[in-house]
Amino acid sequence: MIETRGLRKSYRSRAGRETKTVDAVRGVNLDVAAGEIFGFLGPNGAGKTTTLRMLATLIEPDGGEATVAGADLRKNPAEVRRRIGYVAQGGSTWDESSAREELVLQARLYGIGKAEAHRRAERALEAFQLAEYADRKTKTYSGGQRRRVEIALGIIHEPKIVFLDEPTTGLDPQSRAHMWDEIRRLRTEGMTVFITTHYLDEADALCDRIAIMDHGEVVAEGTPAELKREISGEVVIVGLDAATTPRAAELFDTEAYVSKLETVDEGGLRLYVDEGATAIPQVLRRLDHAGLDLRSIELHRPSLDDVFLTKTGRSLRES
Amino acid sequence: MKLARDTWLIFQRQTQLLLRNPVWIFVGVFQPVMYLLLFAPLLKPALNAPTQAAAYKIFVPGLLVLLAIFGGLFQGFGLIAELRAGVIERSRVTPVSRLALLLGRSLRDVVSLIAQAIIITLLALAFDLRVFIGNLLLAYLMLALIALMTSAVSYGIALKVKSEDALAPLMNTVAQPVLLLSGILLPLTFAPGWLQGVAKWNPFSWAVEGTRALFNGDLGNDRVWQGLGIIAVLAAAGVFWAARQFARSVR
Repeated sequence: MIETRGLRKSYRSRAGRETKTVDAVRGVNLDVAAGEIFGFLGPNGAGKTTTLRMLATLIEPDGGEATVAGADLRKNPAEVRRRIGYVAQGGSTWDESSAREELVLQARLYGIGKAEAHRRAERALEAFQLAEYADRKTKTYSGGQRRRVEIALGIIHEPKIVFLDEPTTGLDPQSRAHMWDEIRRLRTEGMTVFITTHYLDEADALCDRIAIMDHGEVVAEGTPAELKREISGEVVIVGLDAATTPRAAELFDTEAYVSKLETVDEGGLRLYVDEGATAIPQVLRRLDHAGLDLRSIELHRPSLDDVFLTKTGRSLRES
Repeated sequence: MKLARDTWLIFQRQTQLLLRNPVWIFVGVFQPVMYLLLFAPLLKPALNAPTQAAAYKIFVPGLLVLLAIFGGLFQGFGLIAELRAGVIERSRVTPVSRLALLLGRSLRDVVSLIAQAIIITLLALAFDLRVFIGNLLLAYLMLALIALMTSAVSYGIALKVKSEDALAPLMNTVAQPVLLLSGILLPLTFAPGWLQGVAKWNPFSWAVEGTRALFNGDLGNDRVWQGLGIIAVLAAAGVFWAARQFARSVR
């Protein structure tokens, strides 16, 4: 549905007298399949929004090629516009207009006739649970309601792909969960959804596949499960008394299923294993056998943050 | 066809929003009305005009041109608010014509200017101003072209600078000399030779002279077609340039 090869964009920025070129996006290759929710993950300033805006025809790429919804991005941007929807990060509704007015106008800008535009607006208001406030000015809406109007605006013309730029940023947890359901509903309706986010849990829970972007490049791509699997194994954290820790360390050092072992300062061990589910019973048996008292045991599965850490050398939470 | 349809959609939307707050039309007309009521009465003795009506024939056209220039130049502020709200970006991802994004807005400005011009003309009629209706309509055409040009230029600049803080001083810097060099408040016939020479290069001074000739019933005056011609060419250039700014990437 989206295919890019070597997509590039650089900006000239001026600091004092010097002008320097900032490579915002340096050769991005992406393949997004029809009907999936594709997550574009990365810290602020990684080039996510620039890439998205290029794919949505808002800025012209400096180089590379892209096909979006079957149309050539660089040769035929007008056709791309007809086939995609785009929901910007900073909002897109006018305070003094109502949701209905905005929806009707948006549909008409896509060349849809008046009667049909009104029908579609009505349907969108129902689908996004906005009917109650349909004729109120959007400045009276809550953040979540406003965001729903914006998504409804982005898909009023039934595009093949919809681009959502950080759709849940700034929403409270409840509205966020609600928004995830809305996004899943778009996929059910056969749309391809391309979202950017810097929330790892969002990418993990919502996306079928993700690409991680850092410093203008895609550093990893795959399903969340695949990416996590690439990070070697899982960690069993065993809580022990400080006094018994050295003995326990000796015990597990020789076990074949433990690939690496670290001691925890306040007492306990971190055991790196391939699969926690099979390792834990063996660990418990071994400790029991040796008569060592266990204070706690927990399993740490690699998160997308660990993936990010491995790929970029820093944590996404820090950046 | 598509251009006409798109322009109509944008025009409709903008007009609807304006009519929701019609007070702005009256705010815009407030200053010229004050000039008309509190400044114009000084003119009969000052200009040595034979009657009050003769003084108004000189002053009212200038006042209307002033209204068209300023009314247009300050439209960019509204656009910056729309930019910030993301409305422009939202329009730009649709296949809507870029020229229509500009024209729809500028035509709204032209219509609201003509409404204001009618208010001023009606008030002036109360002060014994008399104008032949055909000439008045031609004068309104001149005003419409001026407003089309100034509002288009204002939108173009707003898209470039993207902030009110930059737009306000810029517009004032442009508007002041343009205003003083066009003989709007007093005819430039009073000006010393060098000032008249400089004013020759100001297209608005041609527009003002043309409009005055129309109010004076002097349809055959060369300044009429010259003024209309100059302003029409500039309006076309302004619209062309500003539409390109809409097509370019803006945030």
